[in-house]
Amino acid sequence: MLSKKTKETLLGPLSKNNPVLVQVLGICSALAVTAKLEPAFVMAISVTAVLAFANVIISLLRNTIPNSIRIIVQLVVVAALVIIVDQVLKAYVYDVSKQLSVFIGLIITNCILMGRLEAFAMGNGPWQSFLDGVGNGLGYGLVLIVIAFFRELLGSGTLFGYPIIEKIGLYSIGYENNGLMILPPMALIVAGCIIWAHRAYNKDLQEK
Amino acid sequence: MNKQSNVYTIVYASVMVIVVAAALAFTAMSLKDAQQKNVETDKMKQILASIGVEATADNAKAEYEKYITKESCVIDAKGNPVKGEVFDVNVAAQVKLNAEERKLPVFVAEINGAKKYIIPMYGAGLWGPIWGYISLDDNGSTIYGAYFAHKGETPGLGAEIDKPDFRKKFVGKNFFKDGCFKSVEVLKAGQKSSNKADQVDAITGGTITSQGVSAMIENSFAPYETFFKSLTNNQGE
Repeated sequence: MLSKKTKETLLGPLSKNNPVLVQVLGICSALAVTAKLEPAFVMAISVTAVLAFANVIISLLRNTIPNSIRIIVQLVVVAALVIIVDQVLKAYVYDVSKQLSVFIGLIITNCILMGRLEAFAMGNGPWQSFLDGVGNGLGYGLVLIVIAFFRELLGSGTLFGYPIIEKIGLYSIGYENNGLMILPPMALIVAGCIIWAHRAYNKDLQEK
Repeated sequence: MNKQSNVYTIVYASVMVIVVAAALAFTAMSLKDAQQKNVETDKMKQILASIGVEATADNAKAEYEKYITKESCVIDAKGNPVKGEVFDVNVAAQVKLNAEERKLPVFVAEINGAKKYIIPMYGAGLWGPIWGYISLDDNGSTIYGAYFAHKGETPGLGAEIDKPDFRKKFVGKNFFKDGCFKSVEVLKAGQKSSNKADQVDAITGGTITSQGVSAMIENSFAPYETFFKSLTNNQGE
């Protein structure tokens, strides 16, 4: 259905070319929003949407942008999109916007966005860029959700707020939540463990 | 056309800035009414949440008019009524003033014939503002319900103040002990209040936010002391 290159553009970032695991971009937000699954999930969707549209816009403009101010142009496009998303959320889904609060604004600072705009959208057509944006957004989101899964399960004993450990009855045999999991450093350690497992599986990613 | 020339670059940047500014201004203007309405609806929902009424965006206005009575008023620190619309008082601006100068909104609710007093609060958490509403029984001392919200506290830590588990801990605590005003404190589990005030366990890992809640309650409630004392005394007679 899709050509090989198109497929690679869309699916590559999910594993072999993952923005977080392989390129190690967007780590800061992975630390900030992964204490619970829910914000991680919404952040993943928001980043995917903003990245896909920013990629398309920059791709359409790519032949007109003067080289000396291209980074500024990219930044303005991303910032404008993020503000529009924030405003629309505030007007139509106020509850969601309240829950996300500062995270939406923080999308601007996510290095994955600038990275993809500079590395891909500046040199490819709008459709390819759109797929690249969706692929990278999902690749980022996937890692976020995996990290948030372990942090919420081990740190708070819940999943999406559902008290799963309590239902299984582990507390009654002396199990306790690990408060350390909720703190930001553990996100980095979990991310490190995931990268370790990922590279152990994909041997061609290992540096000699 | 030379796309690398200075003239092209300057013109490009100018046009881009104007287009983006226009687009953002247009978005903000056209969505302003809807946003304003959401903010008001949300305030009603928060006030209702403090008396345990969970309203949705659709029925918030109707529920608000049903529970909140016309007795709601604005008072000063001496307990005298002052002019002003109770819903429109900007609490965030008022808490910065001295206690004597503040306009103090009192929302009066009626649930199954029982009168509840709802007091708005505003303070600072770790990253930004926190606010909330506390409802008191008609003795002016016992907490009936509490609602807290925040702008951007750390998820999973300070942000837990808006969860029902934390809010429930306040129910039944008293602001007056033997006729003396003692603000309910939020303290680390195991700590004891230095002035024997009622206390609530703080959130693990959310120390600064918890302290902020404690300070917010004290700062927001202190000016109401005279008003609630008169209610407490009336009960005793």
